[in-house]
Amino acid sequence: MRNDPVVQVCGLVKRYGGKTAVDGLDLVARAGITAVLGPNGAGKTTTVESCEGYCRPDSGTVRVLGLDPVREAAALRPRIGVMLQSGGVYSGARADEMLRHVARLHAHPLDVAALTERLGLGSCGRTPYRRLSGGQQQRLALAMAVVGRPELVFLDEPTAGLDPQARRATWDLVRDLRADGVSVILTTHHMDEAEQLADDVAIIDAGKVVAQGSPEELCRGGAENTLRFSGRPGLDVTSLLKALPADSTAAELTPGSYRVGGKIDPQLLATVTTWCAQHGVMPEKISVERHTLEDVFLELTGKELRG
Amino acid sequence: MSAGTDTPATGGGTYAPRPGAAPLPRMIAAQAALETRMLLRNGEQLLLTVVIPTLLLVLFSAVDIVDTGEGKAVDFLAPGILALAVMSTAFTGQAIATGFERRYGVLKRLAVSPLPRWGLMTAKTLSVLVTEVLQVLLVTVIALALGWSPHGNPLAVLLLLVLGTAAFSGLGLLMAGTLKAEATLAAANLVFLLLLVGGGVVVPLDEFPQAAQDVLGLLPISALSGGLRDVLQHGAGMPWGDLAILAVWAVAGLAAAGKLFRWE
Ligand SMILES: Nc1ncnc2c1ncn2[C@@H]1O[C@H](COP(=O)(O)OP(=O)(O)OP(=O)(O)O)[C@@H](O)[C@H]1O
Ligand SMILES: [Mg+2]
Repeated sequence: MRNDPVVQVCGLVKRYGGKTAVDGLDLVARAGITAVLGPNGAGKTTTVESCEGYCRPDSGTVRVLGLDPVREAAALRPRIGVMLQSGGVYSGARADEMLRHVARLHAHPLDVAALTERLGLGSCGRTPYRRLSGGQQQRLALAMAVVGRPELVFLDEPTAGLDPQARRATWDLVRDLRADGVSVILTTHHMDEAEQLADDVAIIDAGKVVAQGSPEELCRGGAENTLRFSGRPGLDVTSLLKALPADSTAAELTPGSYRVGGKIDPQLLATVTTWCAQHGVMPEKISVERHTLEDVFLELTGKELRG
Repeated sequence: MSAGTDTPATGGGTYAPRPGAAPLPRMIAAQAALETRMLLRNGEQLLLTVVIPTLLLVLFSAVDIVDTGEGKAVDFLAPGILALAVMSTAFTGQAIATGFERRYGVLKRLAVSPLPRWGLMTAKTLSVLVTEVLQVLLVTVIALALGWSPHGNPLAVLLLLVLGTAAFSGLGLLMAGTLKAEATLAAANLVFLLLLVGGGVVVPLDEFPQAAQDVLGLLPISALSGGLRDVLQHGAGMPWGDLAILAVWAVAGLAAAGKLFRWE
């Protein structure tokens, strides 16, 4: 039961006019937190909204909590919580008024006052939605997604435009949801968000899933690590490369900033510093970096996540 | 149907899932109350639904600008203003509000809430009716203070108001569900103005040339104002002709809205 997928998407295709937004996408999400990661226009919103029952797929099947989100919408809707990428609130409504309203549409809503307090919406007072700050609007939309005590919540870029503190508050709430048995599907551009939060990450690009797995699995894929250091510009990189093991790389990225790639171990680190000493170079800001989801993404799509 | 479905609480955590829709009547009542509050809080909407009708009634009763025929001006004006009140709420106000709700994703968000779409539409209708009751009370009190002496069958009046509301709602929702919000805003205000002038609200239709009268008489606003005037001013029985015109508009408008309305 616990391991049944909460979302199962098979060969989803969705076109808008001549444009293919989602192109044969397969995705399985299980209980826990699933992050859907991808650059602008990758098809994240289209995929998530297909799961929410907004559009009938041009082909393929979608099952959410075992239900067809279009044909069995009435049964599904009370069980899911939705945060749209933007909007969704009357421009003249106050934050607590709107939240209270959504709560009233559910049988066993959360305590509105506590939720308002927790998300820092208490200070919005009588300000209408249209005059709330972008971050306050985001947090209200998040609160509206969880107030009905759903089994599964869809959050479309829940931390877009949030300051670091609000972002952390959102992460904390998402973790608490998970701890209490709520499954979460969220989309994001932020690698660190996916790495920090998700049990499972699906990287999508141009309407397809290009990789899926836990953050650790995805990062392990490329076992290579990176060593960076700064020194005076124009060092003889070829000479450095000769000193290193055979499968290493070395390059001057920008003048005075060097990168060594390969199997970075204490021995290699010693080789690099020895070479520097021999050449009268003081290596500054020396650092060894693990392969990140960011690197995986770049390798898979050839694109930076944030444009 | 999922309304009122209940699941036992699982686990002890604050956020432990316990999904379920509220009972339908509670959802619809909550939705109608919220929509009414949004409307009463909106300055432009109040201008349209309260200030303009009241102002026209008082102004045209006091100053003899248009020839309202024999008898007291207010006896001619009050039915027209009642028709205007219905149009301002069911058509103009509803079109503009719904157009912006669509634009700002409110309809989209509500579409994934436990409230079914027909429930949302029922709530909208209830909200329009509540507003109209307030308007009718206000207009009636002011008109009576100005010396209005209404006649006729209250049932006929009620029937006209209900069919008029249905006709204008259909047209308003058709506009809101197909045009862009800004276009709806502009068009709804323009139509309001044109129908105010050419629909027998304050200017009698017989001020227009005969050919124009024949066409204008088929408009929902003319049927509503004419029907109300026949009953309230002249004590006529059931105004079947006007009721039929309103019924045709209502069926056509609601059917078209039902078919063409886009939620996003
Ligand atoms: N309603 C629509 N009409 C036409 N094209 C659309 C529509 N919705 C999405 N698209 C197109 O489909 C593609 C995928 O869009 P989608 O919104 O799913 O991307 P996304 O991954 O959510 O992007 P972002 O990170 O910018 O939110 C885009 O090229 C977009 O232009
Ligand atoms: Mg998106």
